[in-house]
Amino acid sequence: MSKVRVLVGTHKGAFVLTSDGKREKWDVSGPHFAGWELYHLKGSQVDPNRIYASQTSGWFGQIIQRSDDGGKTWTQPGTPPGEQQAPQQGPQKGESNKFVYNTSPEKGGKPLTTHQWYDGTQHPWEFKRVWHIEPSLTDADTVYAGVEDAAIFKSTNGGKSWEEMPGLRGHGTGPKWQPGAGGMCLHSIVLDPKDPKRMYIAISAAGAFRTDDGGKSWKPINQGLKSQYIPDPNAEVGHCVHHIAAHPARPNVLFMQKHWDVMRSDDAGDSWHEVSGNLPTDFGFVIDVHAHEPETIYVVPIKSDGEHFPPEGKLRVYRSRTGGNEWEPLTKGLPQSDCYVNVLRDAMAVDSLDKCGIYFGTTGGQVYASNDAGDNWAPIVRNLPAVFSVEVQTLS
Amino acid sequence: MIRVVLPPHLRTLAHVGMEVSIDVQGSITQRSVLDALEASYPMLCGTIRDHDSKERRPFLRFFVCGEDWSHESPDHPLPQDVAHGKEPFLVIGAIAGG
Repeated sequence: MSKVRVLVGTHKGAFVLTSDGKREKWDVSGPHFAGWELYHLKGSQVDPNRIYASQTSGWFGQIIQRSDDGGKTWTQPGTPPGEQQAPQQGPQKGESNKFVYNTSPEKGGKPLTTHQWYDGTQHPWEFKRVWHIEPSLTDADTVYAGVEDAAIFKSTNGGKSWEEMPGLRGHGTGPKWQPGAGGMCLHSIVLDPKDPKRMYIAISAAGAFRTDDGGKSWKPINQGLKSQYIPDPNAEVGHCVHHIAAHPARPNVLFMQKHWDVMRSDDAGDSWHEVSGNLPTDFGFVIDVHAHEPETIYVVPIKSDGEHFPPEGKLRVYRSRTGGNEWEPLTKGLPQSDCYVNVLRDAMAVDSLDKCGIYFGTTGGQVYASNDAGDNWAPIVRNLPAVFSVEVQTLS
Repeated sequence: MIRVVLPPHLRTLAHVGMEVSIDVQGSITQRSVLDALEASYPMLCGTIRDHDSKERRPFLRFFVCGEDWSHESPDHPLPQDVAHGKEPFLVIGAIAGG
Protein backbone atom coordinates (compact mmCIF):
# COMPACT_ATOMS: atom_id res chain seq x y z
CA MET A 1 0.00 0.00 0.00
CA SER A 2 1.22 3.47 -0.77
CA LYS A 3 2.41 5.81 1.93
CA VAL A 4 3.05 9.49 2.08
CA ARG A 5 5.82 11.19 4.01
CA VAL A 6 5.64 14.95 4.45
CA LEU A 7 8.87 16.72 5.42
CA VAL A 8 8.27 19.98 7.23
CA GLY A 9 10.95 22.55 8.01
CA THR A 10 10.07 25.13 10.64
CA HIS A 11 11.49 28.03 12.58
CA LYS A 12 12.28 25.70 15.48
CA GLY A 13 12.92 22.26 14.08
CA ALA A 14 11.88 19.64 11.55
CA PHE A 15 8.84 17.40 11.58
CA VAL A 16 8.09 14.25 9.62
CA LEU A 17 4.40 13.52 9.00
CA THR A 18 3.41 10.11 7.67
CA SER A 19 0.16 8.57 6.51
CA ASP A 20 -1.13 5.75 4.39
CA GLY A 21 -2.50 6.36 0.92
CA LYS A 22 -5.84 7.56 2.26
CA ARG A 23 -4.09 10.52 3.85
CA GLU A 24 -6.63 10.88 6.60
CA LYS A 25 -4.74 9.80 9.74
CA TRP A 26 -1.26 11.08 10.35
CA ASP A 27 1.68 10.27 12.60
CA VAL A 28 3.80 13.21 13.62
CA SER A 29 7.51 12.77 14.38
CA GLY A 30 9.58 15.61 15.79
CA PRO A 31 10.82 18.08 16.48
CA HIS A 32 14.09 16.97 14.96
CA PHE A 33 16.92 19.45 15.61
CA ALA A 34 14.73 21.25 18.14
CA GLY A 35 15.37 24.94 18.41
CA TRP A 36 17.17 25.23 15.08
CA GLU A 37 15.82 26.77 11.89
CA LEU A 38 15.15 24.08 9.31
CA TYR A 39 14.94 25.92 6.03
CA HIS A 40 14.39 22.88 3.84
CA LEU A 41 14.34 19.10 3.79
CA LYS A 42 14.06 17.00 0.68
CA GLY A 43 14.27 13.32 -0.11
CA SER A 44 16.02 11.62 -3.00
CA GLN A 45 13.85 10.13 -5.71
CA VAL A 46 16.56 7.53 -6.30
CA ASP A 47 16.60 6.41 -2.66
CA PRO A 48 13.58 7.74 -0.76
CA ASN A 49 15.16 6.88 2.58
CA ARG A 50 17.90 9.36 1.79
CA ILE A 51 16.79 12.78 3.04
CA TYR A 52 18.88 15.92 3.17
CA ALA A 53 18.15 18.77 5.56
CA SER A 54 19.39 22.31 5.97
CA GLN A 55 19.73 23.11 9.66
CA THR A 56 20.77 26.68 10.36
CA SER A 57 21.17 29.20 13.14
CA GLY A 58 22.14 32.82 13.46
CA TRP A 59 24.42 31.78 16.33
CA PHE A 60 26.01 28.59 15.08
CA GLY A 61 25.83 28.80 11.30
CA GLN A 62 25.00 26.14 8.75
CA ILE A 63 24.67 22.41 9.38
CA ILE A 64 23.83 19.85 6.74
CA GLN A 65 22.07 16.78 8.04
CA ARG A 66 21.37 13.53 6.24
CA SER A 67 19.10 10.64 7.03
CA ASP A 68 19.46 7.23 5.39
CA ASP A 69 16.43 5.70 7.08
CA GLY A 70 13.61 7.96 6.05
CA GLY A 71 14.06 10.57 8.75
CA LYS A 72 14.33 8.36 11.82
CA THR A 73 17.99 9.11 12.50
CA TRP A 74 20.29 11.82 11.22
CA THR A 75 24.00 12.46 10.91
CA GLN A 76 26.20 15.14 9.48
CA PRO A 77 27.52 13.50 6.30
CA GLY A 78 31.05 12.25 6.75
CA THR A 79 31.14 12.99 10.46
CA PRO A 80 30.77 10.15 12.95
CA PRO A 81 27.92 10.83 15.35
CA GLY A 82 28.08 10.40 19.10
CA GLU A 83 31.09 10.03 21.31
CA GLN A 84 34.32 11.95 21.25
CA GLN A 85 36.54 11.00 18.35
CA ALA A 86 40.23 10.50 18.33
CA PRO A 87 41.62 13.48 16.42
CA GLN A 88 41.27 12.55 12.79
CA GLN A 89 44.16 11.76 10.54
CA GLY A 90 43.93 12.11 6.80
CA PRO A 91 40.97 13.84 5.18
CA GLN A 92 39.51 16.52 7.41
CA LYS A 93 36.11 15.82 8.91
CA GLY A 94 33.34 18.30 9.44
CA GLU A 95 33.45 19.46 5.83
CA SER A 96 29.73 18.94 5.28
CA ASN A 97 28.94 22.34 6.76
CA LYS A 98 31.55 24.19 4.75
CA PHE A 99 30.27 26.45 2.01
CA VAL A 100 33.09 28.56 0.67
CA TYR A 101 32.57 30.69 -2.40
CA ASN A 102 34.70 30.05 -5.40
CA THR A 103 37.35 32.60 -6.19
CA SER A 104 38.85 33.52 -9.49
CA PRO A 105 42.30 31.96 -10.03
CA GLU A 106 43.05 34.32 -12.91
CA LYS A 107 42.44 37.25 -10.57
CA GLY A 108 44.72 35.86 -7.89
CA GLY A 109 42.01 34.24 -5.82
CA LYS A 110 39.83 37.34 -5.63
CA PRO A 111 36.05 37.08 -5.30
CA LEU A 112 34.23 36.28 -8.50
CA THR A 113 31.96 39.27 -8.23
CA THR A 114 30.15 41.67 -5.93
CA HIS A 115 26.46 42.45 -5.60
CA GLN A 116 24.39 45.54 -5.01
CA TRP A 117 23.80 46.39 -1.37
CA TYR A 118 20.68 48.05 0.03
CA ASP A 119 22.25 51.49 -0.32
CA GLY A 120 23.25 50.91 -3.94
CA THR A 121 26.94 50.31 -3.23
CA GLN A 122 28.73 47.11 -4.16
CA HIS A 123 29.09 44.45 -1.46
CA PRO A 124 31.06 41.19 -1.24
CA TRP A 125 29.29 37.84 -1.09
CA GLU A 126 28.87 36.52 2.47
CA PHE A 127 27.57 33.01 3.09
CA LYS A 128 24.61 32.88 5.47
CA ARG A 129 22.60 29.68 5.01
CA VAL A 130 21.24 27.03 2.69
CA TRP A 131 17.70 27.84 1.58
CA HIS A 132 16.97 24.92 -0.69
CA ILE A 133 18.34 21.42 -1.20
CA GLU A 134 17.67 19.58 -4.44
CA PRO A 135 18.76 15.94 -4.70
CA SER A 136 19.78 14.68 -8.12
CA LEU A 137 17.16 12.74 -10.05
CA THR A 138 19.66 10.01 -10.93
CA ASP A 139 22.20 9.68 -8.10
CA ALA A 140 21.40 9.68 -4.39
CA ASP A 141 24.87 11.01 -3.54
CA THR A 142 24.60 14.03 -5.83
CA VAL A 143 22.74 16.99 -4.41
CA TYR A 144 22.52 20.71 -5.08
CA ALA A 145 22.18 23.51 -2.54
CA GLY A 146 20.82 26.98 -3.16
CA VAL A 147 22.32 29.40 -0.67
CA GLU A 148 22.24 32.95 0.66
CA ASP A 149 24.12 35.03 -0.51
CA ALA A 150 22.90 33.64 -3.80
CA ALA A 151 24.93 30.84 -5.33
CA ILE A 152 24.53 27.18 -6.15
CA PHE A 153 26.71 24.49 -4.60
CA LYS A 154 26.99 20.82 -5.53
CA SER A 155 27.97 17.74 -3.59
CA THR A 156 28.75 14.43 -5.28
CA ASN A 157 29.53 12.50 -2.09
CA GLY A 158 26.24 12.53 -0.25
CA GLY A 159 26.73 15.95 1.27
CA LYS A 160 30.14 15.30 2.82
CA SER A 161 31.64 18.26 1.01
CA TRP A 162 30.37 21.04 -1.25
CA GLU A 163 31.75 23.04 -4.12
CA GLU A 164 30.28 26.10 -5.70
CA MET A 165 29.23 25.91 -9.33
CA PRO A 166 30.94 29.17 -10.22
CA GLY A 167 29.42 29.63 -13.67
CA LEU A 168 26.32 31.20 -12.17
CA ARG A 169 28.01 33.99 -10.25
CA GLY A 170 30.57 34.22 -13.02
CA HIS A 171 27.86 35.15 -15.46
CA GLY A 172 28.77 38.81 -15.09
CA THR A 173 25.51 40.24 -13.87
CA GLY A 174 26.35 39.83 -10.16
CA PRO A 175 26.81 43.58 -9.57
CA LYS A 176 23.13 44.03 -10.47
CA TRP A 177 21.84 41.36 -8.07
CA GLN A 178 20.47 42.67 -4.81
CA PRO A 179 18.97 41.28 -1.62
CA GLY A 180 15.23 41.20 -1.18
CA ALA A 181 13.62 41.60 2.22
CA GLY A 182 14.52 38.01 3.07
CA GLY A 183 18.11 38.34 1.92
CA MET A 184 19.74 37.55 -1.41
CA CYS A 185 18.88 33.91 -1.69
CA LEU A 186 18.89 31.21 -4.32
CA HIS A 187 15.65 29.49 -3.36
CA SER A 188 14.44 27.51 -6.37
CA ILE A 189 16.22 24.69 -8.18
CA VAL A 190 14.32 22.79 -10.87
CA LEU A 191 16.02 19.81 -12.52
CA ASP A 192 14.96 18.74 -15.99
CA PRO A 193 14.16 15.00 -15.96
CA LYS A 194 14.51 14.81 -19.73
CA ASP A 195 17.81 16.62 -20.02
CA PRO A 196 20.34 16.03 -17.23
CA LYS A 197 22.41 18.99 -18.34
CA ARG A 198 19.54 21.45 -18.01
CA MET A 199 18.42 23.06 -14.77
CA TYR A 200 16.69 26.20 -13.69
CA ILE A 201 17.29 28.32 -10.62
CA ALA A 202 15.74 31.49 -9.24
CA ILE A 203 17.14 34.19 -7.01
CA SER A 204 15.60 36.99 -4.98
CA ALA A 205 16.30 39.52 -6.27
CA ALA A 206 18.06 38.71 -9.50
CA GLY A 207 15.62 36.55 -11.43
CA ALA A 208 15.62 33.15 -13.08
CA PHE A 209 18.59 31.52 -14.78
CA ARG A 210 19.04 28.39 -16.87
CA THR A 211 21.98 26.18 -17.65
CA ASP A 212 22.08 23.80 -20.62
CA ASP A 213 25.54 22.42 -19.96
CA GLY A 214 25.27 20.97 -16.48
CA GLY A 215 26.01 24.21 -14.68
CA LYS A 216 29.15 25.36 -16.49
CA SER A 217 27.38 28.39 -17.91
CA TRP A 218 24.09 30.10 -17.17
CA LYS A 219 21.87 32.59 -18.90
CA PRO A 220 19.28 34.90 -17.37
CA ILE A 221 15.77 33.92 -18.47
CA ASN A 222 13.73 36.94 -17.49
CA GLN A 223 12.39 38.28 -20.77
CA GLY A 224 8.78 39.24 -20.27
CA LEU A 225 9.04 39.90 -16.55
CA LYS A 226 8.01 43.41 -15.57
CA SER A 227 8.94 44.72 -12.13
CA GLN A 228 7.92 48.26 -11.32
CA TYR A 229 10.12 48.33 -8.22
CA ILE A 230 13.40 48.40 -10.17
CA PRO A 231 14.69 51.30 -12.30
CA ASP A 232 14.18 49.42 -15.57
CA PRO A 233 11.05 47.27 -15.16
CA ASN A 234 12.15 45.07 -18.08
CA ALA A 235 15.76 44.64 -16.99
CA GLU A 236 17.72 41.51 -17.83
CA VAL A 237 18.24 40.84 -14.11
CA GLY A 238 17.06 42.34 -10.83
CA HIS A 239 13.59 40.78 -10.61
CA CYS A 240 12.34 39.41 -7.33
CA VAL A 241 11.25 35.93 -8.34
CA HIS A 242 9.64 34.14 -5.41
CA HIS A 243 9.36 30.61 -6.75
CA ILE A 244 9.32 28.56 -9.95
CA ALA A 245 7.80 25.16 -10.66
CA ALA A 246 7.47 22.75 -13.55
CA HIS A 247 5.73 19.45 -14.23
CA PRO A 248 8.29 16.65 -14.65
CA ALA A 249 6.69 15.44 -17.87
CA ARG A 250 6.82 18.87 -19.45
CA PRO A 251 9.92 20.61 -18.14
CA ASN A 252 9.95 23.25 -20.86
CA VAL A 253 6.82 24.79 -19.36
CA LEU A 254 7.62 26.83 -16.28
CA PHE A 255 5.36 28.59 -13.83
CA MET A 256 6.54 31.45 -11.66
CA GLN A 257 5.21 33.33 -8.68
CA LYS A 258 7.01 36.62 -8.87
CA HIS A 259 6.94 39.27 -6.15
CA TRP A 260 3.91 40.55 -8.00
CA ASP A 261 2.57 38.61 -11.01
CA VAL A 262 2.05 34.95 -11.75
CA MET A 263 3.96 34.12 -14.92
CA ARG A 264 4.27 31.28 -17.41
CA SER A 265 6.88 30.28 -19.94
CA ASP A 266 6.35 27.73 -22.73
CA ASP A 267 9.90 27.87 -24.02
CA ALA A 268 12.09 26.89 -21.08
CA GLY A 269 12.16 30.41 -19.74
CA ASP A 270 13.24 32.20 -22.91
CA SER A 271 10.08 34.29 -22.66
CA TRP A 272 7.38 34.77 -20.06
CA HIS A 273 3.82 36.03 -20.09
CA GLU A 274 1.53 36.90 -17.25
CA VAL A 275 -1.23 34.48 -16.25
CA SER A 276 -2.51 36.21 -13.12
CA GLY A 277 -5.97 36.47 -14.69
CA ASN A 278 -8.75 36.77 -12.13
CA LEU A 279 -6.66 36.25 -8.99
CA PRO A 280 -7.69 38.60 -6.17
CA THR A 281 -4.04 39.62 -5.86
CA ASP A 282 -1.08 38.30 -7.78
CA PHE A 283 1.39 38.77 -4.96
CA GLY A 284 2.42 35.55 -3.23
CA PHE A 285 5.22 33.11 -2.65
CA VAL A 286 4.29 29.51 -3.51
CA ILE A 287 3.36 27.97 -6.82
CA ASP A 288 3.09 24.29 -7.68
CA VAL A 289 1.83 21.93 -10.38
CA HIS A 290 -0.60 19.01 -10.07
CA ALA A 291 1.21 15.67 -10.27
CA HIS A 292 -0.87 14.30 -13.15
CA GLU A 293 -2.29 17.38 -14.86
CA PRO A 294 0.45 19.64 -16.19
CA GLU A 295 -2.01 22.46 -16.82
CA THR A 296 -3.36 22.45 -13.27
CA ILE A 297 -1.47 24.83 -11.01
CA TYR A 298 -1.86 26.21 -7.51
CA VAL A 299 -1.00 29.48 -5.80
CA VAL A 300 -1.87 31.10 -2.49
CA PRO A 301 -2.53 34.81 -3.07
CA ILE A 302 -1.14 37.13 -0.41
CA LYS A 303 -2.50 40.64 -0.06
CA SER A 304 0.64 42.65 -0.83
CA ASP A 305 4.34 43.05 -0.23
CA GLY A 306 3.49 45.27 2.71
CA GLU A 307 0.83 42.99 4.16
CA HIS A 308 1.97 39.37 4.09
CA PHE A 309 -1.35 37.69 4.78
CA PRO A 310 -4.34 36.49 2.77
CA PRO A 311 -6.78 39.10 1.46
CA GLU A 312 -9.81 39.64 3.71
CA GLY A 313 -8.39 37.25 6.30
CA LYS A 314 -9.51 34.30 4.14
CA LEU A 315 -6.97 31.56 3.49
CA ARG A 316 -7.64 30.48 -0.08
CA VAL A 317 -5.65 28.29 -2.42
CA TYR A 318 -6.35 29.22 -6.03
CA ARG A 319 -6.33 26.54 -8.68
CA SER A 320 -6.15 26.98 -12.41
CA ARG A 321 -6.94 24.05 -14.66
CA THR A 322 -5.96 26.04 -17.72
CA GLY A 323 -2.34 26.72 -16.94
CA GLY A 324 -3.19 30.15 -15.61
CA ASN A 325 -5.50 33.11 -16.25
CA GLU A 326 -8.67 31.35 -15.07
CA TRP A 327 -8.53 30.68 -11.35
CA GLU A 328 -10.97 29.22 -8.82
CA PRO A 329 -10.73 29.66 -5.05
CA LEU A 330 -10.42 26.49 -2.97
CA THR A 331 -11.76 27.13 0.51
CA LYS A 332 -13.37 23.99 1.95
CA GLY A 333 -11.65 23.24 5.25
CA LEU A 334 -9.53 26.38 5.21
CA PRO A 335 -10.18 29.28 7.60
CA GLN A 336 -12.36 31.90 5.95
CA SER A 337 -12.19 34.58 8.58
CA ASP A 338 -9.55 36.21 10.75
CA CYS A 339 -6.67 34.33 9.16
CA TYR A 340 -3.48 36.35 8.86
CA VAL A 341 -0.77 33.80 8.17
CA ASN A 342 1.66 33.67 5.28
CA VAL A 343 2.67 30.73 3.10
CA LEU A 344 6.38 30.90 2.30
CA ARG A 345 7.95 30.07 -1.03
CA ASP A 346 9.01 26.46 -0.39
CA ALA A 347 5.98 25.58 1.73
CA MET A 348 3.79 23.84 -0.87
CA ALA A 349 4.19 20.39 -2.40
CA VAL A 350 2.22 17.68 -4.14
CA ASP A 351 2.18 13.89 -3.87
CA SER A 352 1.78 11.59 -6.85
CA LEU A 353 -1.00 9.28 -5.71
CA ASP A 354 -3.94 8.72 -8.04
CA LYS A 355 -5.87 11.53 -6.47
CA CYS A 356 -3.15 14.09 -6.26
CA GLY A 357 -2.50 15.34 -2.74
CA ILE A 358 -1.66 19.00 -2.16
CA TYR A 359 0.08 20.21 1.00
CA PHE A 360 1.08 23.59 2.34
CA GLY A 361 2.36 25.03 5.60
CA THR A 362 1.79 28.45 7.13
CA THR A 363 3.71 30.85 9.28
CA GLY A 364 1.05 30.13 11.90
CA GLY A 365 2.27 26.55 12.20
CA GLN A 366 -0.51 24.76 10.38
CA VAL A 367 0.14 22.16 7.69
CA TYR A 368 -2.92 21.67 5.53
CA ALA A 369 -3.48 18.70 3.25
CA SER A 370 -5.94 17.94 0.51
CA ASN A 371 -6.29 14.36 -0.70
CA ASP A 372 -8.48 15.35 -3.65
CA ALA A 373 -6.43 17.85 -5.62
CA GLY A 374 -7.56 20.81 -3.56
CA ASP A 375 -11.33 20.37 -3.37
CA ASN A 376 -11.25 19.69 0.37
CA TRP A 377 -8.66 20.55 2.99
CA ALA A 378 -7.89 19.50 6.54
CA PRO A 379 -5.03 20.40 8.88
CA ILE A 380 -2.54 17.63 9.58
CA VAL A 381 -1.09 19.68 12.43
CA ARG A 382 -2.19 23.03 13.76
CA ASN A 383 0.43 24.33 16.16
CA LEU A 384 3.93 23.84 14.81
CA PRO A 385 6.45 26.67 14.77
CA ALA A 386 6.27 28.86 11.67
CA VAL A 387 6.59 26.62 8.63
CA PHE A 388 9.41 27.39 6.21
CA SER A 389 9.13 24.44 3.85
CA VAL A 390 7.00 21.45 2.94
CA GLU A 391 8.09 18.56 0.74
CA VAL A 392 6.27 15.31 0.05
CA GLN A 393 7.50 11.82 -0.70
CA THR A 394 5.13 9.27 -2.22
CA LEU A 395 6.27 5.85 -1.08
CA SER A 396 5.23 2.49 -2.38
CA MET B 1 42.92 18.14 30.25
CA ILE B 2 41.20 21.34 29.24
CA ARG B 3 37.58 21.76 30.25
CA VAL B 4 35.25 23.38 27.71
CA VAL B 5 31.65 24.35 28.46
CA LEU B 6 29.39 24.41 25.41
CA PRO B 7 26.04 26.15 24.84
CA PRO B 8 23.01 23.82 24.80
CA HIS B 9 22.54 23.58 21.02
CA LEU B 10 26.15 22.55 20.51
CA ARG B 11 25.88 19.92 23.23
CA THR B 12 23.00 18.41 21.30
CA LEU B 13 24.93 18.56 18.08
CA ALA B 14 27.97 16.86 19.60
CA HIS B 15 25.96 14.42 21.75
CA VAL B 16 27.72 15.57 24.91
CA GLY B 17 26.85 17.06 28.27
CA MET B 18 27.46 20.61 29.38
CA GLU B 19 31.21 20.19 29.66
CA VAL B 20 33.79 18.24 27.68
CA SER B 21 37.42 17.55 28.49
CA ILE B 22 39.98 17.62 25.74
CA ASP B 23 43.67 17.02 25.46
CA VAL B 24 45.48 20.04 24.07
CA GLN B 25 49.10 19.83 23.00
CA GLY B 26 51.53 22.72 23.35
CA SER B 27 50.60 26.24 24.32
CA ILE B 28 47.08 26.64 25.72
CA THR B 29 45.39 29.37 23.68
CA GLN B 30 41.93 29.98 22.27
CA ARG B 31 43.16 28.69 18.94
CA SER B 32 44.75 25.52 20.27
CA VAL B 33 41.73 24.76 22.47
CA LEU B 34 39.26 25.24 19.63
CA ASP B 35 41.46 23.33 17.18
CA ALA B 36 41.53 20.39 19.61
CA LEU B 37 37.81 20.68 20.28
CA GLU B 38 37.00 20.54 16.55
CA ALA B 39 39.41 17.64 16.04
CA SER B 40 37.64 15.64 18.75
CA TYR B 41 34.15 16.77 17.80
CA PRO B 42 34.26 17.45 14.06
CA MET B 43 30.52 18.09 13.95
CA LEU B 44 31.30 21.40 15.66
CA CYS B 45 33.48 22.62 12.79
CA GLY B 46 32.08 25.92 11.60
CA THR B 47 29.68 26.35 14.49
CA ILE B 48 31.98 28.32 16.84
CA ARG B 49 34.41 29.75 14.32
CA ASP B 50 33.88 30.48 10.67
CA HIS B 51 34.84 27.40 8.67
CA ASP B 52 37.17 29.31 6.41
CA SER B 53 38.50 32.35 8.28
CA LYS B 54 38.48 30.73 11.75
CA GLU B 55 37.06 33.96 13.18
CA ARG B 56 34.67 33.72 16.12
CA ARG B 57 31.05 33.67 15.02
CA PRO B 58 29.48 37.04 15.82
CA PHE B 59 26.87 35.87 18.34
CA LEU B 60 29.27 33.77 20.40
CA ARG B 61 31.61 34.88 23.19
CA PHE B 62 34.47 33.23 25.06
CA PHE B 63 34.50 33.66 28.84
CA VAL B 64 37.49 32.65 30.95
CA CYS B 65 37.92 33.00 34.71
CA GLY B 66 35.16 35.59 34.95
CA GLU B 67 36.46 37.68 32.06
CA ASP B 68 35.39 38.13 28.45
CA TRP B 69 38.23 36.92 26.24
CA SER B 70 36.30 37.23 22.99
CA HIS B 71 38.42 40.05 21.67
CA GLU B 72 41.76 38.73 22.83
CA SER B 73 44.18 37.40 20.29
CA PRO B 74 43.42 33.74 19.56
CA ASP B 75 47.09 33.03 20.19
CA HIS B 76 47.27 34.74 23.58
CA PRO B 77 47.97 32.14 26.30
CA LEU B 78 44.96 31.38 28.45
CA PRO B 79 45.21 31.66 32.26
CA GLN B 80 46.97 28.91 34.16
CA ASP B 81 43.73 27.94 35.86
CA VAL B 82 42.35 26.95 32.46
CA ALA B 83 45.57 25.23 31.45
CA HIS B 84 45.49 23.21 34.68
CA GLY B 85 41.84 22.30 34.38
CA LYS B 86 40.71 24.28 37.41
CA GLU B 87 38.53 26.60 35.38
CA PRO B 88 36.65 25.86 32.15
CA PHE B 89 36.81 27.68 28.83
CA LEU B 90 33.22 28.81 28.27
CA VAL B 91 31.63 29.17 24.84
CA ILE B 92 28.58 31.36 25.34
CA GLY B 93 25.73 32.08 22.93
CA ALA B 94 24.35 35.61 23.00
CA ILE B 95 21.05 35.92 24.85
CA ALA B 96 18.99 37.21 21.95
CA GLY B 97 16.21 36.17 19.65
CA GLY B 98 13.25 33.98 20.44
